[in-house]
Amino acid sequence: MKNQLKNVSGLLAGFTFGIGLLLSGMADPAKVQNFLDLFGTWDPSLAFVMGGAIAVTFPGFRLITRNSGPVFDVKFHLPSRTDLDARLLTGAAIFGIGWGLGGFCPGPALTALPLAATGTISFVPAMFLGMWLAGQAPFRTALLMNA
Amino acid sequence: METAFTPVLSLAGGALIGLSAVMLMGLNGRIAGISGIASRLLRRDFGGAADRQGLFFIIGLLLAAPTYAAVTGNWPVQTVSGNIPLLMIAGVLVGFGAVFGNGCTSGHGVCGISRQSVRSLIATATFMTTGIATVFVMRHVIGA
Repeated sequence: MKNQLKNVSGLLAGFTFGIGLLLSGMADPAKVQNFLDLFGTWDPSLAFVMGGAIAVTFPGFRLITRNSGPVFDVKFHLPSRTDLDARLLTGAAIFGIGWGLGGFCPGPALTALPLAATGTISFVPAMFLGMWLAGQAPFRTALLMNA
Repeated sequence: METAFTPVLSLAGGALIGLSAVMLMGLNGRIAGISGIASRLLRRDFGGAADRQGLFFIIGLLLAAPTYAAVTGNWPVQTVSGNIPLLMIAGVLVGFGAVFGNGCTSGHGVCGISRQSVRSLIATATFMTTGIATVFVMRHVIGA
């Protein structure tokens, strides 16, 4: 029963996230690229998206984690690592290059998929390919020596 | 091409994104990190409760635009480049980088920073920097 309720809350959270992306303009790659174009047609809107999101999430997480656990699970599944490693920096750097090239990150790309623009239909399978690739043997263990 | 500055809509949309992250953590105990959730779909042993609630999260994302269109009578406005090879390269880099670096704009940028995670703060600063540099080279050096 709890697992079914988890699916319902997952669906509602995903839907809310998607509507947020659409309203905020973040699902429009042109707006994302203009946010990154500090020295050209700069559009600061996305700073407001991030600001609005953190303004809710920051206090929200603090309120919630005062409870012993979430409503439908026994505990909060939180990342525990605090070290900085080459893997984190390399991954983030590569991610940023792709983000700048296409103007899409994973959430907006999936949200924009039903609009069926040719570029989005090209981006999403390639994104899954990249995700799959990162999980393959040479990359799975790469740069883990210092982890 | 210029896009309109939309502080109010962007702030409101951002607040909904935050609400979603709080819902997923408060109800399911999970981080609303899209790359983490999406990459779970590729797992060979897919099927655990965490994977399935993630699949439903993705279905929710996919339902947002059609619902928006049904309610407002218009599809959301967007401009996507028609340069297919460029978008495929961008897709591979985004997918690879997000999984390799343990997160993307949502997991590191929103949830991680809200948890005051130094890893997420550094990751966000890094992808913002390379994103800005990439657009600079593309638009002002190569002139694409």
